[in-house]
Amino acid sequence: MSRGIRLTALSCVVAFIAGATASAGTSHTVVQKDKAFAEKKMEIAAGDAVVFKNDDSVKHNILVKNTDFNSGMQEPGQEASYTFAEAGKFKVRCGIHPKMKMTVLVK
Amino acid sequence: MFQKLGFLQLVTALGIACLPQAATAAEQLAAISGTDISHAELQELKAQYRRPGEIPFPEENPFSEPKAELGKMLFFDPRLSGSNLISCASCHNPSFAWEDSQPTGAGQGMKRLGRHTPTILNLAWGELFFWDGRADSLEEQALGPIQAGVEMAQPLDELIEELQGIPGYHDAFEAAFPGEGISSDGIAMAIATYERTVVSALAPFDHWIDGDETAMSESAKRGFVIYNTKANCVACHSGWNMTDDSFHDIGLESEDIGRAGVIKGIPEYQHTFKTPGLRNIVERAPYMHDGSMSTLRQVVDHYADGFLQRPSLSDDIKPFNLTDDEKNDLVAFLEALSSDDEPVTIPVLPN
Repeated sequence: MSRGIRLTALSCVVAFIAGATASAGTSHTVVQKDKAFAEKKMEIAAGDAVVFKNDDSVKHNILVKNTDFNSGMQEPGQEASYTFAEAGKFKVRCGIHPKMKMTVLVK
Repeated sequence: MFQKLGFLQLVTALGIACLPQAATAAEQLAAISGTDISHAELQELKAQYRRPGEIPFPEENPFSEPKAELGKMLFFDPRLSGSNLISCASCHNPSFAWEDSQPTGAGQGMKRLGRHTPTILNLAWGELFFWDGRADSLEEQALGPIQAGVEMAQPLDELIEELQGIPGYHDAFEAAFPGEGISSDGIAMAIATYERTVVSALAPFDHWIDGDETAMSESAKRGFVIYNTKANCVACHSGWNMTDDSFHDIGLESEDIGRAGVIKGIPEYQHTFKTPGLRNIVERAPYMHDGSMSTLRQVVDHYADGFLQRPSLSDDIKPFNLTDDEKNDLVAFLEALSSDDEPVTIPVLPN
């Protein structure tokens, strides 16, 4: 099971946390807009983090299937980050808008 | 992976030759419904409701004829329940557009369940399943009611043992899943494959979308405009299957917290339930997740001004004013979503 880091603050806080875990991997950003992720598929390395950035006009709730990650209610402008510690194929979805989904392939 | 659907071919209708007549129709609709909708806007609206041409099947569970046939047998087989009396079709009855015509379903021992039986129509396009979205796939959903103590009350290990004792199922599973035997994964994949083939056929509304101005009554056409403008039903009931697949609190008096029971700690999920599609909605009464409304008119009245105001109420639920005639138009449009489906044949079950 992967271990996640939940953030509801702005990018400066994300940057701080990302820096604290920099040795574990790279940080990748995925933008949310018009009830969709900007990327449908993403390939990253184990230990990398993905920052989900809500550039939308509505709230979202990011969930990563088969993990305990739940972003909480993500207001427009907020970011949430999750570190994928282990290899695997992970489905990411908005709990409010299920058509908003993507896959993260962790190698 | 996709399965071709002959009767669902997309038609690029509304050619240039039709435009003058369609423009007149748009103007008439605008005048009658009191909305300011242009011909171009009407065409744009109609384009949002075009049917897909193919059934989507997931890469993990592609379509095959033997799998769909096995799934159909399992769907109609009461031996999938602990009592051997309840099949999936007991609640998802094709005669009632794959619902059961009851306010809420009945399960083990005919005990009433807490929510209305949802249809299985057009679930190939679904995202999350059950009213609260707790299942991420049709495969996952299919095994839920079988095992639930209040529904079919059948432990999977006992079911597999039971099916292994029926020679006809050996052959059917072998055809669908060569060399894999009878397994819970196979049961789920077969039922899900069959369910994905259950698609509502063309309704009068679809023929109208495709350019046949005679397919729908003038009242229903006005209702379509009202649906998309004054009443703003489209805020949630969008697309050809009339659902955004999202979760909303629509202000029904209920202690059922819906999706908040699945995703904990987020107040916005209180009383939210999945938006149902509206295809063949006439045959699917009573309505709402609790089956509390028996007519479409009651549903319209609820959304007009009958809902509860509370913090979790969906931002998309706003009161609207419609005349009695306009409400009748809206209902006439909803009635035009019913298709004249081919009768469903019941499979002969293996012994």
